[in-house]
Amino acid sequence: MTFRNKTAIAGIGETEFSKNSGRSTLHMACEAILAALADAGLQPNDIDGIIKMSANDDIQEIDLLRSLGLSNLRVFHDVPHGGGAACGTVTGAARAIAAGAADVIVCFRSLNERSERRFGYSKVGGGVGGYMAYNIPMGFVTPAQWVAMFGQRYLHDFGWTTEEFGHLAILIRKHASTNPHAMMYNREIDMEDYLNARWITEPLRLFDCTLDTDGACAVVVVSAEKAKQLKSQPAYIAGAAQGTGSRTQMMTSYQRPSISTLEEATATANEVYRIAELDPSRIDQANLYDHFTPMVLMTLESYGFAPRGKAPDLVRSGRLGLDGDLPLNPHGGHLGDGYLHGFSHILEGVRQIRGTANNQVKRSVKTTLATSGTGVPTSAIILSSEAY
Amino acid sequence: MSTYRKETVPIPVPSPITQPFWDATKEHRLLLQTCDSGHIFYYARSHCPNCLSSQLEWVEASGRGKLYSYTVAWREQSPDFAADVPYIIAAITLDEGPRMTSLLVETKPEDVEIDGAVELVWDDVSPEISMPYFRPVAKVGAA
Repeated sequence: MTFRNKTAIAGIGETEFSKNSGRSTLHMACEAILAALADAGLQPNDIDGIIKMSANDDIQEIDLLRSLGLSNLRVFHDVPHGGGAACGTVTGAARAIAAGAADVIVCFRSLNERSERRFGYSKVGGGVGGYMAYNIPMGFVTPAQWVAMFGQRYLHDFGWTTEEFGHLAILIRKHASTNPHAMMYNREIDMEDYLNARWITEPLRLFDCTLDTDGACAVVVVSAEKAKQLKSQPAYIAGAAQGTGSRTQMMTSYQRPSISTLEEATATANEVYRIAELDPSRIDQANLYDHFTPMVLMTLESYGFAPRGKAPDLVRSGRLGLDGDLPLNPHGGHLGDGYLHGFSHILEGVRQIRGTANNQVKRSVKTTLATSGTGVPTSAIILSSEAY
Repeated sequence: MSTYRKETVPIPVPSPITQPFWDATKEHRLLLQTCDSGHIFYYARSHCPNCLSSQLEWVEASGRGKLYSYTVAWREQSPDFAADVPYIIAAITLDEGPRMTSLLVETKPEDVEIDGAVELVWDDVSPEISMPYFRPVAKVGAA
């Protein structure tokens, strides 16, 4: 017995995404959480659990307790390891509610990653300890560089060129270009733009890389029974899982046998399909973590949508477009909508299930997959329109 | 002073477990660890990652290996390395088996070959620590 379809996302909320929010991360978290509660038809004092991402988050639970007037939390914890945690927060909420430990759990992400603390530019200075003592002093300081190493070996192992990264970047930016919420609204790119853009860290060019973003997202998780009584259409949590790989570091796990595949994603895929009792052919729409294009190719392979080394054929096939049979990141993903560390992908899945997305896909959507950060311990959820 | 970098911070801060490794760098010796079952590994740690033995010894690496993957840092992503771009960050598979991150030096981005042979060179970044970098092994017959 698993917790398949025992819980649901009953409400979603988000702020605008921008380069300068002009307000604190706590302020934006409260906005997103209040919007998610309103969407569900719930009040702040209905909340009895908060599960959040720990990395680069300066919001403590007690800050939220004070700010939202809460005093009765029964479940509260952090999920570690950066963007790998996003679906892990919802996974934790689903497990806790299915176990009877809480009734209404809020999960959120709030960042001023562009205006305050950038991931894409990092002053280190001084000395470095731990395993990063073997990486940082080599000038190996940002996620783009760490991920580029995976991408380079992927190209080598399967004989592709960087144009394959380009086809993916162009596709996701095309989706963003028709989403008014996206930071890259109305800013489509073509292959000439892609190839002429500057190198960031070869083989990654500018458009292979996500956008440091200010913004916040929140979801409300409740039991399936409770969700049916609430205001908005539930997105049932059919599957939810976390996974890890061998010789794990944060995006620098080069000591494992191969880095042209994603061990954590494969492990998480197996587990989320097991819990949902589905296989990849049953996924109607996918929102895959796209901080850097090479990792999306490997994610498509880990989740069984393409054989190993063949994801570029799938990207070129047209099947991932808004009118395809497996629409990918219709909101424009982290490459075009904004980089909320996996959280915006969860919200897009709920909207596609409800039929309320800005870029609602052509096919009917009964199931959606959301995946979280790659190259790190990670997580995924499958949402369903029905509690099968 | 560093041969290959304009700035020499950040530098590694040794821990009790890694101190022998960094001490050896001062003598330009690259140390790996081996356990009583003969597993060889990098980086320094308390237990063998293959069999969990804590009966460990230090062994000196040959300093030869192959380039497993690399990235060319064209755009500065840290003020600490701004003066060094472009530079080539490398994952090296040592002949002994373990894989380590390093810099690939004495070559140009357009000449880098994945799976090409590389050899160890040292950079004295501080009085206490030298950094192990790699350069391509000159091909026989090459000019």
